[in-house]
Amino acid sequence: MRLAKVALIWAALAAAVGVPIVAAAMSPLLAWRGPVYILAGFAGIVALGLVLVQPLLIGGYLPPLSAYRGRRAHHWIGGALLVAVVVHVVGLWFTSPPDMIDALTFSSPTPFSPFGVIAMWAIFAVALLAALRRRLGLRLRTWRIAHIPLAIVIVIGSVVHCLLIEGTMETVSKAALCALVLAAALKVVADLWVRRKPRPLAGESSSRP
Amino acid sequence: MTNVVFNRRNLLLAAGGSVVATGVSGLLLPARADGLAPTDSMSGGSNNYRKGAPIVDRIGKGGFWMSGTVRRAGDGTPLAGQRIQIWAHTTEGQEHEPQSHGATLTDKNGAFRLEMPQIIPVFGQPHGHLAYDSGEFKTVFLRPVMRSARETSLEAHFVLQPA
Repeated sequence: MRLAKVALIWAALAAAVGVPIVAAAMSPLLAWRGPVYILAGFAGIVALGLVLVQPLLIGGYLPPLSAYRGRRAHHWIGGALLVAVVVHVVGLWFTSPPDMIDALTFSSPTPFSPFGVIAMWAIFAVALLAALRRRLGLRLRTWRIAHIPLAIVIVIGSVVHCLLIEGTMETVSKAALCALVLAAALKVVADLWVRRKPRPLAGESSSRP
Repeated sequence: MTNVVFNRRNLLLAAGGSVVATGVSGLLLPARADGLAPTDSMSGGSNNYRKGAPIVDRIGKGGFWMSGTVRRAGDGTPLAGQRIQIWAHTTEGQEHEPQSHGATLTDKNGAFRLEMPQIIPVFGQPHGHLAYDSGEFKTVFLRPVMRSARETSLEAHFVLQPA
């Protein structure tokens, strides 16, 4: 019974991330794209999938991972997300440098570009903060004040970026993945909010020094 | 019923307002009452442009029609014999590749029409590129977007001003 639930959760996650990737792999547009462009596109889809995994891991919604294991995995997946975004941007740069310069300087004619670029900078900022967190001596409370708004920017930026693009992704699986990304992020933020109110987490208490 | 009371203050305000209004509209519209405004270049329009692409009867194997008009700013006179370069990411090549580029000339009505391979979405939008870049008028780069990737034609119109 419990095992069945665990299997179901992981199967659902695999489908949520895997189906859009498989659907995109069947896109007729791929026939007219070079390998670097194709790689860049799929790196973007994988990145969106990882943006779904991140809140699920940190929220502890993926049994049987313990809270500790979930947090460790969240760090590693964060690193993978950074790599995926870099591959996405560098690949697109090689495909068409002028289009990428337009996007990165916020002068692109395509409405989705600024959302992607803002999400990219937010991902870079979180990665930098995470790398420096120990050195800066950031406490959990301070860390969350920095990370949660950036995470919200990443989620909204990625979803809007992706939905506005007319590319290899199949429309329905893309919309479903985007909806799940939003739902997972909302759930984590809501849970944090609820947990914070009646009983602050250890180390988060602000009542007395 | 509404009683409109004029006193010195609101009369002055009304008069001042009308002076400002005529003054501003006079500045915005110089002596060009029936003027046709020149087309501005679109952002990203010049991306992957290749100066001097040859005049061709058709780009590649064709199947898709790019058409439009070229007129003079101000009076809107059709401009004949103007060279328009067209390029896009199509079923036969990427935007930067030479075989994706070709040019054509406008006819006596200022119209142009060039057959090219089917445009497909690239960088998130199905779009084409057109350039007027011959020197007599100011250079203009256009980047029209197709309403749907399934369409088999696209239009773009130039209104040029002297260089």
